Amino acid sequence: MEQFATMRRSKDGQPIRYLVVDDSVFARKNLARMIETFGGQLAGEAGDGAAAITEYDRTNPDIVLMDITMPQMEGIEAAERIVQKHPEARVVMVSSVGYQENIVAALQRGARHFVQKPVKPEVLYEVIKYVMGEDGAVANAAAGGAK
Amino acid sequence: MKMELIQPFINAADAVLAQGLQSPLAIGSLSMEEEAYRRKGVAAMVRLTGDIEGRVIFDLDPATAVRVARRFAGAELPESDDLVRETVFELANQVIGNAVTTLNDQGFHFRVHPPVLHDAEHGEKGSEDTEALVMWFETSSGNIFMNIAMQYSTVQTKGMAAGGRG
Repeated sequence: MEQFATMRRSKDGQPIRYLVVDDSVFARKNLARMIETFGGQLAGEAGDGAAAITEYDRTNPDIVLMDITMPQMEGIEAAERIVQKHPEARVVMVSSVGYQENIVAALQRGARHFVQKPVKPEVLYEVIKYVMGEDGAVANAAAGGAK
Repeated sequence: MKMELIQPFINAADAVLAQGLQSPLAIGSLSMEEEAYRRKGVAAMVRLTGDIEGRVIFDLDPATAVRVARRFAGAELPESDDLVRETVFELANQVIGNAVTTLNDQGFHFRVHPPVLHDAEHGEKGSEDTEALVMWFETSSGNIFMNIAMQYSTVQTKGMAAGGRG
């Protein structure tokens, strides 16, 4: 998997911490590997929306990568509940179902962005950079081979 | 069975597999069958209900599933039944999600049910209503089988006959 210029938190230079929520272990592992290539850190994982809320409270991540179709509680509802409780939360929806009304519903209920599966690492990287805004900083951009 | 309902699934499978495997692939065979489905390996079945009703089955032999998982993850992964099942399920989710996106943007609304393991040796006997398109993709990781049975729901058909969506 290709390497990207490391993205860190501006405030303390520490790795960006991610909560990955997906009912597919395979999808979670895949996202975790991408996060690693971005220089990020996996703060926690959850397999459904209800567990995501609990994990958010426990880990207080910088970014949540949230699937939509999941058992127990779907991703859009979980995103809404997290943002209601933590207005600063940055939730990025990651789903194979990317039709317009789904995206609009997610954004209206608090998600910051949407990435369609299969996830292209370079797309996710740009979305993370955009969502982090001034709270994120790209380090060693001049390093050989880094994007 | 209407080809306009099937085509988005073929396109989505082509796109998802080509991107995930990062190698060229070809359609090995394509036929219509009314016979009961005989699975080749580990099969995931996803049902759709709503304007369009039917089901899609993805089917990979375990060795192919492991190779696909490793290609998708870009890493060596330990072989296990869970990995094989997860790979087939995730593949089904991604292909169907992308196809559903296309169909939804065309105005069709339906519910995608979570994938279930299709572990019977044979599927239900087909009929005119459940005629299925059977195809496989030849990939560098092995053959990936897809079986699609899809039709407009009765309500949808009536709606179209009454001058609904074209």
